[in-house]
Amino acid sequence: MIPKRSIERVGKLATGACAAVATVLVITLIFMVAQHGLATFTVDGISPSGFFFGTTWNPHQTDDAGSPLMGALPMIAGSFAVTLLSCLFVLPFAIGSAVFVVEIAPGFGRKVLQPVVELLVGIPSVVFGLIGLTVIVPWVRGWAGGTGYGVFSASLVLAVMVLPTVTSLAIDAIASVPDSYREGSYGLGCVRWQTIWNVVLRSAAPGLMTAVILGMTRAFGEALAVQMVIGNAAAMPMSLFTPATTLTSVLTMGMGNEAMGTVYNDALWSLALVLLLMSLAFILIVHLIARKGARSNG
Amino acid sequence: MQDSFASSDLSRRRFLGLAAAAGFTVLGLGLTGCASSSTSGGTASDSGADAAKQVTGSVTAVGSTALQPLVEAAAEQFMNENPGVTVTVQGGGSGQGLTQIAQGAVQIGDSDVFAESKLSAADVSKITDNKVCVVGMGPVVNKQVSISNISLADLKKIFTGQVTNWKQVGGSDQDITVINRASGSGTRATFEAAVLGSDKVPDSFKPQEQDSSGTVAKMIAETPGSISYLAFSYFDDSMKALSVDNVAPKDEAVEDNSWTIWAYEHMYTATSPDAATSAFIDYIMSDAVQGSLVQQTGYLSISGMKVSRDASGKVTKL
Repeated sequence: MIPKRSIERVGKLATGACAAVATVLVITLIFMVAQHGLATFTVDGISPSGFFFGTTWNPHQTDDAGSPLMGALPMIAGSFAVTLLSCLFVLPFAIGSAVFVVEIAPGFGRKVLQPVVELLVGIPSVVFGLIGLTVIVPWVRGWAGGTGYGVFSASLVLAVMVLPTVTSLAIDAIASVPDSYREGSYGLGCVRWQTIWNVVLRSAAPGLMTAVILGMTRAFGEALAVQMVIGNAAAMPMSLFTPATTLTSVLTMGMGNEAMGTVYNDALWSLALVLLLMSLAFILIVHLIARKGARSNG
Repeated sequence: MQDSFASSDLSRRRFLGLAAAAGFTVLGLGLTGCASSSTSGGTASDSGADAAKQVTGSVTAVGSTALQPLVEAAAEQFMNENPGVTVTVQGGGSGQGLTQIAQGAVQIGDSDVFAESKLSAADVSKITDNKVCVVGMGPVVNKQVSISNISLADLKKIFTGQVTNWKQVGGSDQDITVINRASGSGTRATFEAAVLGSDKVPDSFKPQEQDSSGTVAKMIAETPGSISYLAFSYFDDSMKALSVDNVAPKDEAVEDNSWTIWAYEHMYTATSPDAATSAFIDYIMSDAVQGSLVQQTGYLSISGMKVSRDASGKVTKL
């Protein structure tokens, strides 16, 4: 027989080690990206204002003063444009289907609709990209003119990709509204739709916000599918229907081609740092909302 | 003594401790390996006079994804003939290959471009170039584009944004959609060196970019009025390959430089590579690879070339 105290100690050690590995991994990763990313400004002497507000990205060429043309604003703006637009597309569908699943047809919704939506999670992003390339891009080209590549096509593809994340979380948020709220509303003579609109959705608002922001995090970080349909032109996204680019697609296209330690490579790390900080900001917002929600619900 | 055999919790704890220690070691190695140079063991040793001809050791080749299929196929054959050697082939891109060979982290760095274009002169002096084969590239257009020949001057105008409609170069009235390769990719560097020469693309011209030949081929097939450039091996019926100044994109035209859009594929080694690496490079240059595998993977044999070109683009007759 193993003494019970030993079992306890082994368990503590094993789980503690796992937690330690995870923590060390995250901290080392952030440190490494920050170290490389900041080198652009500290070692290579690129001015941060020129980097974040410049609109010409062509690091292999230099401007009149001899410093490489590194304006990252087109990518940063492109990333935000596709993220916000895709969330705008996905929001009505996600909340609508979540209301349907929880409030209107719980049996059918939980058994059929929810698993079908969640199936989308398992589809690899390259498949979404291919569908975007063969279906969405020609369709957009058909009615909007131009080439069909651009922010609009990318946002449509992303909307389908983040739909399951946002829908599942919206279902959880709506289901966690206590039944006593609904009963109170019915007791006051409200019909089901009035209850849903005025009581359920209002009380579920913090949870729905969390759902949207986690969806945005996924959209912001998606690389492959976006790269295939956005057109990858390092120009400011002035129109929804002309080619633009995002942080992730510049990163995936450039990383393998540039030698370590060159200015171009450092600049790519800076873009990765921006991406990482944005994701951290999104997560922070989620935590703030959760804390606020917990406080207001007592 | 009996105790240490009997108590299973001791061995279990020891196992967990070992596992955690191993985990941390791997983690530490992996992360520092990304940040700084790590030297992997890959030293071949001729162990004694008995095994005189039999090389042993391990070789890691990293870099160009374009060259990867050829190196992988060659490595497989090489390992069948030399069971003592392990050859590992990885992608990562030409920039990765050149960085890692200059740091001494691998034995071979595969690249689509001359090291001079990516590394400092000091780093270039630490490595040796082995030109293993030649790749020809050419402009491709959507099938509906009506022209089949274009002058080099017109091609330059298209890729610098001076010409934006096919009717300006003798085609029908349709906008030109330029699809470029990723800035810094070997294919783009080759195409721009041959077509643009010393001219620069103006900052205001920002065409689309794609980084894989497969995606470019698909986009050309589906986008009306589009133009890009691909290696000969990607040409197929879904697109139209243009002649330039009435020279058709053919292997023979590359060999005598009448078709100027071509590049070497390089396998860089240290200046004094170990025995296993030398043996593998020799094998790549031998007829076993140059005579069959090179053609099968869509390249031109280096031995067929009637000209040579150096890093600065100077061509000399052989």
